[in-house]
Amino acid sequence: MIRKVTSSPLTMVGLIIVLIILLTAAFAPLIATHDPTEPNILNKLQPPSAEHYFGTDEVGRDIFSRIVHGTRISLRIGLIVVLISFPIGTVLGAIAGYIGGRVDQTIMRITDIFLSFPGIILAMSIAAALGPSIENVVLALAATWWPWYTRIVRSSVLSIKNSEFIEASRALGANPFRILFKEVIPNSIAPATIQASLDLGFVILSAAGLSFIGLGAQPPSPEWGAMLSNSREILRDAWWAATFPGIAILITVLGFNLLGDGLNDVLDPKQR
Amino acid sequence: MPLLEVTNLKQHFTTKKGFLSEKTIIKAVDGVSISIEEGKTLGIVGESGCGKSSLGRSVLQLVEPTEGSVKFKGEEVIGMNAAQMKELRKEMQIVFQDPYASLNPRNTVRQILEAPLIIHNVGSRAERKEIVESLMDKIGLRKEQLRNYPHEFSGGQRQRIGIARALTLNPKLIIADEPVSALDVSVQSQVLNLMLDLQQEMDLSYMFISHDLSVVQHISDRVAVMYLGKVVEIADVEQLYNHPMHPYTQALLSALPIPDPTKKRDRIILQGDLPSPANPPSGCPFHTRCPIATKECAEIVPNLEEKSTNHLAACIHV
Amino acid sequence: MDALRFIARRLVLMIPILFGISILTFVISNTIPGDPARLILGPKATPETLSALQEEMGLNDPLYIQYGNYMAGIFQGDLGQSTYSQRPVSEDLVRYFPATFELTMFAMVITLLIGIPFGIISASRKDKIADQITRVFALMGVAMPAFWLGLLFLLFFYLKIGMFPGSGRLDTGMSPPEYITGMYTVDALLTGNWPVFRSAVMHLVLPGITQAAITIGMITRMTRSSMLEVLGSDYIRTAHAKGGSENRVLYGHALRNGVMPVITLLGMAFGHALGGSILVESVFSWPGLGRYAVNAINYLDFPAVMGVTMLIAVMFILVNLIIDTLYFFIDPRLKHD
Repeated sequence: MIRKVTSSPLTMVGLIIVLIILLTAAFAPLIATHDPTEPNILNKLQPPSAEHYFGTDEVGRDIFSRIVHGTRISLRIGLIVVLISFPIGTVLGAIAGYIGGRVDQTIMRITDIFLSFPGIILAMSIAAALGPSIENVVLALAATWWPWYTRIVRSSVLSIKNSEFIEASRALGANPFRILFKEVIPNSIAPATIQASLDLGFVILSAAGLSFIGLGAQPPSPEWGAMLSNSREILRDAWWAATFPGIAILITVLGFNLLGDGLNDVLDPKQR
Repeated sequence: MPLLEVTNLKQHFTTKKGFLSEKTIIKAVDGVSISIEEGKTLGIVGESGCGKSSLGRSVLQLVEPTEGSVKFKGEEVIGMNAAQMKELRKEMQIVFQDPYASLNPRNTVRQILEAPLIIHNVGSRAERKEIVESLMDKIGLRKEQLRNYPHEFSGGQRQRIGIARALTLNPKLIIADEPVSALDVSVQSQVLNLMLDLQQEMDLSYMFISHDLSVVQHISDRVAVMYLGKVVEIADVEQLYNHPMHPYTQALLSALPIPDPTKKRDRIILQGDLPSPANPPSGCPFHTRCPIATKECAEIVPNLEEKSTNHLAACIHV
Repeated sequence: MDALRFIARRLVLMIPILFGISILTFVISNTIPGDPARLILGPKATPETLSALQEEMGLNDPLYIQYGNYMAGIFQGDLGQSTYSQRPVSEDLVRYFPATFELTMFAMVITLLIGIPFGIISASRKDKIADQITRVFALMGVAMPAFWLGLLFLLFFYLKIGMFPGSGRLDTGMSPPEYITGMYTVDALLTGNWPVFRSAVMHLVLPGITQAAITIGMITRMTRSSMLEVLGSDYIRTAHAKGGSENRVLYGHALRNGVMPVITLLGMAFGHALGGSILVESVFSWPGLGRYAVNAINYLDFPAVMGVTMLIAVMFILVNLIIDTLYFFIDPRLKHD
């Protein structure tokens, strides 16, 4: 498996990007050249230079340092959203698939309802109802994300639920709870796990979008979407303020996508 | 009193194909009565689709039977509550056909063998370890192999692990559903001999389900032949193999190779295909393929009757 | 199964979904922290006026009665009053909807015109340079924040070279065409108003391409993998073996079957485009539902946010229904299922 990952150049690119992002987040204070939130009005709207790699914004904050620190925020949002929605979605999907019948129908109708909204619209209205803050954006995204995992896990549960090893467990008198958590779920979460790694990128993208329209991180937080939102005011004078945070988002999402795609290929050789 | 007594057991499945289409009822098991004595083996033979696997699963209550009675040590099993059922599971166990599918691929052998003990809260950690290790010894595997995963074993070894799992709780009855048919012929006899040894050692009873007549002959004390959800003949193994009465049994046996090439036996070729259990023939279910069928056979449902001592058959012409 | 029954069945299946959507939006708007009465009155309200308004708004009733009232309102087209525009939300939605629809349709057309051909080229030159380049661009399109692309477009095409206008739907000073559909390009065409048509199209270009960027990536990738699957199948190999020329095999056999599955994904792409409109419209000051929603969020105008949410969800479902129906007519296999 590892050889297969390393033999695909695009997957390797993804892996390297993701590693760089993780390292940047871990060592942000060491990498950043300036304080990400400290204004320095004398230095405002400086173009990129040796002193300020990505220039400065309208109050003189160093954009490079802000982006470096922003890595932590974005990564944290992505991870927390996936860590909330993945278990919920997985357990519901496994219950729906394994128990079947009414329970299955009820759970799947509920996921259908959630999936009948374009994700960002639903997240927007939930976040708007809860009030603008990062925590609420995380909650809103988690609330819109779980149904995807439910669907994926349910379909893989359906493909294994009549396996003899599950029947064996029933014959031994194991209760449904044990069967679900010891037999069914461990054997059906691989596809959803790959989806989750892909989703980290899309969660980060969505969170940036919500911050862009004023729902997520609030100034002076160095969140990438909020930085882009802010850059609109100075678009005419500072192209760099609008350019670099977007590149950061693009690279991050691309990294997780490439990695997730690659893992998908490894596990499902039929595709491509 | 027999260890297991099954009376008139029925297992019907309803399937619905489409949104508005009609239901069809499949009578997988349709009024089967059998019994197994302590320490003995009852073989169940029949073509695939005759309901022999369904019989095993409904005896174990893995699927809820539609009708009938299953008595274990004289106690009715159908309708037991969850706690009683759990107790019973210690006494009745199953060995599956496919050793590749019946072991959780993500668990080590230790986890697989320990699971029954954990489920039933048996013993301390140390005691469980001891039980699991002695099981490995019984099935001829080394205890170092406990930390391996199922895919690291051969088919025969896996099937031994499946048997060990069924034995963990010291059951009285093992339902073995085609336990050797997925294995190479050379491995089959090893596993069968293991089962015979274990039977002696642990005083086990087997319900041995198979489509392979020679395997069943090798291991069984008594044999029941099934056709389309019904038992058509049942007798002690010698009697059945030497003096088959039912034309279906005769046809099945005629296809067996004979050890003595000087003897000749005419092979009876059955006409047509096995009818669909969703749409079984009227009267005797076998009449569409039976070489001696008459007009009455399409009308009269034959009862399973004692034709000679301890030898029952369901045919109006014998 | 005949077409009528198929459609009827889909319509029946829609009912529980619509019901669920109404419950979900109700739950979001009514049980989440924040007292609407307090929001309307502001922090200086006395306890008496507050409780009077709460009573009047039915906030003290049991939840199921509140839900009943809410549903009754929806069925009469009453989505509440926008606290920002001071108009009924339903009126605002009617006003802003055509702009969003026009932009989204424009984006979808661009998506199809670019996405499908590139997907086909990519599949037919698998692993060659053209394929690699297309794949990388498609991947970037999917991973790109659309609102950021919009900002870059503004920077370059509007601020730097002034090739396209950067905000609104028409040049300043130009009055909109006579209202027929509310979509300026269509209305201008129908009334033969060329200057307005030209201006309307020019204004559509940047936001339209921005909004299309995400879905182009999606559709290209889908077309590619669907085409590859068809190209690898037995009947295509048979066509090759029979001596069909490369182009004949590609366009005669593979195209139809390869592109068809992509149609089912158009609904999903449409959903993405609608979702993207929220962000894109606010970049380009496009006076549609998205900008309306974003303004509403900034003014804590909750009825307006819920109105937009519900309208977009219903539109998304309807588009999927239409696409499924279309697909039913195109794919002969479904008719016999």
